[in-house]
Amino acid sequence: MSESLNGKGLALIPRAEAKQTMKEFKSDQEVRWCPGCGDYAILAAVQSFMPELGIKRENTVFVSGIGCSSRFPYYLNTYGFHSIHGRAPAIATGLAASRPDLSVWVITGDGDALSIGGNHLIHSLRRNVNLNILLFNNRIYGLTKGQYSPTSEIGKITKSTPMGSLDKPFNPISLALGAEAGFVARTLDSDRKHLQSVLREAVAHRGTSLVEIYQNCNIFNDGAFEMMKDPETRDAITVRLEHGQPIVFADQAVRLARTGGVEVVPRASVREEEILVHDVHNPDPSLAFALSRLDEPAFAHVPIGIFRSVDRPSYDQLMNEQVAAATTQKGQGSLTDLLHGGDTWRIG
Amino acid sequence: MTKQVQQLDRVIIRFAGDSGDGMQLTGDRFTAETAEFGNDLSTLPNFPAEIRAPAGTLPGVSSFQLHFADHDILTPGDAPNVLVAMNPAALKANLSDLPRGADIIANSDEFTKRNLAKVGYTESPLDDESLSEWRVHSVPLTSLTVKALEDFDISKKDAERAKNMFALGLLSWLYHRPVEATIRFIESKFAKKPDIAKSNVAAFNAGWNYGETTEAFSVSYEIKPAKLAPGIYRNISGNQALAYGLIAASVQAKLPLFLGSYPITPASDILHELSKHKRFGIRTFQAEDEIAGVGAALGASFGGALGVTTTSGPGVALKAETVGLAVTTELPLIVVDVQRAGPSTGMPTKTEQTDLLMALYGRNGESPIPVVAPATPSDCFAIAVEAARIALKYRTPVMLLSDGYLANGSEPWKLPEIDDLPDISVDFTTESNSDDGTFLPFKRDAETLARPWAVPGTPGLEHRIGGIEKADGTGNISYDPNNHDLMVRLRQAKIDGIDVPDLEVDDPSGSARVLVLGWGSTYGPIAAALRRVRKAGGQVAQAHLRHLNPFPKNIGEVLKSYDKVLLPEINLGQLALLLRAKFLVDIISYNRVRGLPFKAEELAGVIQDVIDSE
Repeated sequence: MSESLNGKGLALIPRAEAKQTMKEFKSDQEVRWCPGCGDYAILAAVQSFMPELGIKRENTVFVSGIGCSSRFPYYLNTYGFHSIHGRAPAIATGLAASRPDLSVWVITGDGDALSIGGNHLIHSLRRNVNLNILLFNNRIYGLTKGQYSPTSEIGKITKSTPMGSLDKPFNPISLALGAEAGFVARTLDSDRKHLQSVLREAVAHRGTSLVEIYQNCNIFNDGAFEMMKDPETRDAITVRLEHGQPIVFADQAVRLARTGGVEVVPRASVREEEILVHDVHNPDPSLAFALSRLDEPAFAHVPIGIFRSVDRPSYDQLMNEQVAAATTQKGQGSLTDLLHGGDTWRIG
Repeated sequence: MTKQVQQLDRVIIRFAGDSGDGMQLTGDRFTAETAEFGNDLSTLPNFPAEIRAPAGTLPGVSSFQLHFADHDILTPGDAPNVLVAMNPAALKANLSDLPRGADIIANSDEFTKRNLAKVGYTESPLDDESLSEWRVHSVPLTSLTVKALEDFDISKKDAERAKNMFALGLLSWLYHRPVEATIRFIESKFAKKPDIAKSNVAAFNAGWNYGETTEAFSVSYEIKPAKLAPGIYRNISGNQALAYGLIAASVQAKLPLFLGSYPITPASDILHELSKHKRFGIRTFQAEDEIAGVGAALGASFGGALGVTTTSGPGVALKAETVGLAVTTELPLIVVDVQRAGPSTGMPTKTEQTDLLMALYGRNGESPIPVVAPATPSDCFAIAVEAARIALKYRTPVMLLSDGYLANGSEPWKLPEIDDLPDISVDFTTESNSDDGTFLPFKRDAETLARPWAVPGTPGLEHRIGGIEKADGTGNISYDPNNHDLMVRLRQAKIDGIDVPDLEVDDPSGSARVLVLGWGSTYGPIAAALRRVRKAGGQVAQAHLRHLNPFPKNIGEVLKSYDKVLLPEINLGQLALLLRAKFLVDIISYNRVRGLPFKAEELAGVIQDVIDSE
């Protein structure tokens, strides 16, 4: 095994020679989301964040699927691939596995990642290729004009479900943790500072990082996350996870529950040492999973921040090590030797 | 005892047994011995999709047919001269293919009441008169093997399992095969189990000695080496040749090969083979599904690799949308379809040519792609290099249509000179291609209409591509009606303009009025049939298509210069449909869709009928 790249998501990517600006990361294309869409805020946050990484712009690739969010790559002046519905993780996997010198990002939405592309999402997470997956969750289908999505709440009234949707939604964080993800986080479109702080950690993680971004669709599902934005309500429900810190918010605290999970209790009712201290590096994903369930029923309490950040060798690194090991052990392949291998005989 | 030696010019042997009896291995080894001896040969494995169907039943029968001769041959043969039947099911399943007078070597130990009942025999056919028209050699293969191995410290079960090596030894004696390589093979295959290795070698030798000493076999046979073109040869199956061709393409293109694949019969062996050759810089990715396999390959192509995906028909159906994305993003990609009997799951281990129309038209929108097909197992090597050449030069996905018969069949292959392989390397674009210094990802090469290939990591050429229609030149999203019409036509014109060698016609008489046209794996049976017809005085021409899209430029002319064109296909006339539509030629279609290759004798009859109807 070569030197561990754990925690060094950018280690193999060439550094930019000069300082870069947000402007350099903007493409010349007119942005075509609906006015007021949460995607604008995410785009601006990403464009202003990229220069900070200090990597060569030409070694950055944004790959997307289909949906409103998947138009994202057109607006960044990097390499980009707007692919087909649900398949971005698969395409990005081939790219990242064969080109470890690239910073590869996947832009996807709740329908793209969790419905049509669910299989590719879970397999990229367990495989741990060096990808940063940004999952824009607006809990609705926007581009097809307002059908319910796999993260819509039960009973959602939409054009395709006039009497209410029947299926239980996915919790993307729980799903990712169940799929053996090494890095799982959640943030909010309107909180640029928090969003960028999460991206910073996601990029540093070498392997697949999943960042769920709550994103408002002001046309088909306006106000879906309003409770987390409204100053009247946000502090009472938003649980900001910070590594090494006790999990507390407003006048509440999180502690281990007798049922095996975690529970929210009035802070005044517990001793300080009973309060759960958040550990993103805990090898056991159970507590991270339990925290992801604090959101049951929906918006009772919503943790944001990093749920889990645990290093293990990335797939691309292991794959390239096998290629290198085969070459070291047996020497570089020779076509003549290959064809003449096995049982041969001469005629004439 | 001195035994008689008889000279033969060719023999067809079929090894048949339970799918757990090791018949494929036995056949493979006999083939290797035959190749080493210098006969020309052709093989046809035939096995059930089930790994171990219930023992002793008809669905569980697995067989391996080998045709070898002192002259060049074209097919694995229509009907066996010798059947090795390891149990009653193997006899019953294969007897109808066996011409009267053929030899049957039957493992009499397995003709028990129970095994006979499993396949509906009330009496043992070895004991009654039912096989009187064949020459039956009833040999207790199992008990002879167990007896030969009684001094070995192995279980009775392991001893019994070596009976296929006893049979191989007997057949090797019968046909004067060289044995050293087989002994070396057994020793290396069971290197970690020395007892098993020794006992298998002993069983093999016991089989040979049995042939030499028993009175059951009074004659052995000699088939002189064939006079083939001078060169170095090896025996190779279609799947192995295809894998080697892809490796050669990677070397000749100076690009790393990335294979994204999901296991599927009968294509999986290409994935297995390529996985062994990482020292060529090859990355093999076993994906979560067919779609991810092709997606990862396309992603790797975007990054500057030679992206390849390998599959069979059901997989091609799943990959269609991604192939369309490769069409519109104009990236190189090789899609290998080892065709099998369909529709749906069909008959996974049986061969067919039924994916041609899917390859050409099985996507949404106008999405033309080049299609190539190998003619023989060893041609899979050259066709893989050709597929890569087209994909890279024209920045397009290419469909390569092999099939189960080519994939698993084998033949001697005269190794190509490495220096004769084409240089298929391409240059990545590294500089702006416009006056104002911007990069135009869809500004085409005037001659090939290929777009520039600028890979991530190239400064100044950052650009975005995708599935949405692109403006000519800039590649920006465009919904302009005239631009779409232009782009549809440009993509078509690019494929239509691919340089394809002319169709060659073989007509020794020079005056044939009937042309037999074929594509893909029917080459061998058609050519063998033509030999028969010509030997009998028939005048007939042959042409075989390796490029199905675009067609060779002279094809229309060729078709129109014959009174009649006969086109045998293992489908219901897919190529015939295309040729009739494009060239208004009244093709005579001959179709059988039995999951098996054509027999030469059958085709010879069909060809003669067409000549006679002139």
